[in-house]
Amino acid sequence: MIGTLESRIPSGPLDKKWSSYKDHARLVSPANRRKLDVIVVGSGLAGGSAAATLGEQGYNVKCFCFQDSPRRAHSIAAQGGINAAKNYQNDGDSVFRLFYDTIKGGDFRSREANVYRLAEVSNSIIDQCVEQGVPFAREYGGLLANRSFGGAQVSRTFYARGQTGQQLLLGCYQALCRQIAAGTVKMFPHTEMLDVVLVDGHAKGIITRNLETGDIHAHASDAVVLATGGYGNVFYLSTNARGSNVTATYRAYRKGALFANPCYTQIHPTCIPVSGQHQSKLTLMSESLRNDGRVWVPNKQGDTRSPEQIPEEERDYYLERKYPSFGNLAPRDISSRSAKEACDDGRGVGPGGRGVFLDFADAINRLGETTIRERYGNLFDIYEKITGEDAYNRPMRIYPAVHYTMGGLWVDYNLMSNVPGLHVIGEANFSDHGANRLGASALMQGLADGYFVLPYTLPTYLAGQIGKRPTVDHPEFHKAETGVRERISKMIGVNGTRSVDSFHRELGLLLWDKCGMARNAAGLREALRKIPEIRGRFWREVRVPGSGEEFNQSLERAGRVADYLEFAELMCTDALERDESCGGHFREEHQTPDGEALRDDVNFASAFAWEFQGNGTIAPPKLHREPLEFETLELAQRSYK
Amino acid sequence: MNFKLRVWRQKTGAAKGKLADYPANDVSPDTSFLEMLDLVNDRLIEGGEEPIAFESDCREGICGTCCLTINGEAHGPDHPGAACQLYMRRFKEGETITVEPFRAKPFRFVKDLVVNRSALDRIVQAGGFVSARSGSAPEANSIPVPKQNADRAMEAAACIGCGACAAACPNASAMLFTSAKVSHLALLPQGDPERTNRVLNMVSVMDEEGFGNCTNTYECEAVCPAEISASFIAKLNREYAVATLRKKLGG
Repeated sequence: MIGTLESRIPSGPLDKKWSSYKDHARLVSPANRRKLDVIVVGSGLAGGSAAATLGEQGYNVKCFCFQDSPRRAHSIAAQGGINAAKNYQNDGDSVFRLFYDTIKGGDFRSREANVYRLAEVSNSIIDQCVEQGVPFAREYGGLLANRSFGGAQVSRTFYARGQTGQQLLLGCYQALCRQIAAGTVKMFPHTEMLDVVLVDGHAKGIITRNLETGDIHAHASDAVVLATGGYGNVFYLSTNARGSNVTATYRAYRKGALFANPCYTQIHPTCIPVSGQHQSKLTLMSESLRNDGRVWVPNKQGDTRSPEQIPEEERDYYLERKYPSFGNLAPRDISSRSAKEACDDGRGVGPGGRGVFLDFADAINRLGETTIRERYGNLFDIYEKITGEDAYNRPMRIYPAVHYTMGGLWVDYNLMSNVPGLHVIGEANFSDHGANRLGASALMQGLADGYFVLPYTLPTYLAGQIGKRPTVDHPEFHKAETGVRERISKMIGVNGTRSVDSFHRELGLLLWDKCGMARNAAGLREALRKIPEIRGRFWREVRVPGSGEEFNQSLERAGRVADYLEFAELMCTDALERDESCGGHFREEHQTPDGEALRDDVNFASAFAWEFQGNGTIAPPKLHREPLEFETLELAQRSYK
Repeated sequence: MNFKLRVWRQKTGAAKGKLADYPANDVSPDTSFLEMLDLVNDRLIEGGEEPIAFESDCREGICGTCCLTINGEAHGPDHPGAACQLYMRRFKEGETITVEPFRAKPFRFVKDLVVNRSALDRIVQAGGFVSARSGSAPEANSIPVPKQNADRAMEAAACIGCGACAAACPNASAMLFTSAKVSHLALLPQGDPERTNRVLNMVSVMDEEGFGNCTNTYECEAVCPAEISASFIAKLNREYAVATLRKKLGG
């Protein structure tokens, strides 16, 4: 049983907390670092930067990824950019302003201290990446260029064409490669974590499966770091990579780690609309496009005219109309919901009427096609490949899609979960983005955690752990390993008739409908009734061909989908319990007269952290609340008008 | 649309492989090539057969996971682009489509259409980085970089590490891959201090891994989904020559 949640936020004024923490935190001497083993699961921006940095510091790091190379983690797909409070544009930016924007963008559902620290270290990230050779965009004078990005009134976003995530990840992958060559990091690609092992209540290792051979292995360590990303694929269709999954964090939840705010999912406003049933994933068009593109739908319902035939006065530039000061740059949750409203109103465009126009005609007239091509060329190319349409000559069609998950394992200021030794970084934790993440902040958080936060906070745990590492002969390892093997046999043993993907699709449709851009109590109750039914059928009817002792992708997916089928219930439970609207969590019962999210700060200015109690209706998860205290900022109604 | 697939099936590296025929019927032209394979797999599974193993992840051409040779071309006919960015509208109704894995000796075979490309990681581990410890970096704007150099570095850095260059090359050469990293870092002041050892070590590991030499057939450039220019191979050769000379002179 878990008592009160201790966020372990240092005392003192907000802007001194982190420096004072660093001044007084426990250290581990270089001689002792060699004796400490750290497991890092995941090799994206958070995991890769953490593994590389901890390796540089002299710890023995084992890093695991399910991809065939650490360079392929899903961070690579991030397009738009990374924020930092450098104020190179002399437009009034500062650490405080980045902090304020992030808290406000998150609809006042994140911790002040964590977010302030994030804003504080943001500048060091840019320095670090430039030194690694990340080819950020530059101005003719040779200095770094910036652009403004969704939800910000200053230009603080650094970018490398539309491939910022790729370049940052490659910088971090190269730092990781250097440590692999130096022998401080041992890399395990094509290896999936299937359970975390607790010894005397501390996370002391993991159980993995080698995806090429099927070998199950136990790995012991002094601490475990999960950097396994988000759970957006619970919806089946999302912009996440196919392999992105909730298994590592969900397995940790089942072992006692609290899962916080699972209902906070971000629906990204600018994705290519769904074209048919065959679709396996959705493709994001970076929202940097909203800097120059104008979003509109026809005024008239069911208007099927081609866009160039619709005269200016018959178009509704609804974001510019509703949010004059932010216009097309309104935050993601607001932009997404507005698109849904327009389509629900029968004014959507394209097949099925689930799309809105993103029009570059004005920008091309103003700046010329060459400039637009230079800024967004690769995005326009992607769009043409997928849809067969040329966006230089006709507006793009876009529609919101699941993109990012703000919820994750609960962590304290040290980025440690309630399970001692189990640290969680990047998208996998819940800490920095509240109920909605601002554009270009995911890359910032991943790298902040990995390069500059965890390397300072992990030693405070490790300093007390020297000489305490168990061996894999400990009974807890045997128990966990047996559990993993039994689950694999059970999945293969069902031998039914339906593919894993067919269950995943069924679950995704249900969630998108009942726990997507808008939610209500009746819908959520219905989902909570139906999820266990789908899960029941999965365990009776799924067919996983082949064996566990070989490369078996059906088996990999079956394990991930089985976890989604349990996790989905937790997500809907959280969405039902959070009886307010905030950020990406829009409860239809709670809106202002003009349809904006209506928070309830009296009852819900807290993080919801859920404790596993067994599965579903038999034993619902137990709720722990961490009150969010706003010492510096006033809780304000978010307004982007 | 309807297609006839001929797909490479091989259980393990030690087993014998063969091309097997599968129908792919009722496929919408807006389906991606990999989604078409998903569909075939779903039908195989429901019919009690083993699905075709193939890897993919981002499905938007950036992660470099997918590694299919389609009708004899790495990533298929729609260049530039990875196999995941290929759409069925690109094929003719009724067409026979042959699908094989990327083949190059250093890519260890895993199953069906899956190979292990960790040899590429080992080339990067040999020196494809700047030794910059976290926290040690100077202020980002303290070293200006001419825009044209930064842009050129970005062109090289855009490599997605898929290995199509080696798979398409008659010599299984990884020169395009290696040259992209060497050029990216050589074009930036931050990469300068280590450029001599970097190029020598990366080329040496490239050879040790069993990748062949470049004989200027330019197949690599033709199939590269990231449009890495073969002119970077010329730059690699220059870097290598200068580095070798420097070493000889004791520099």
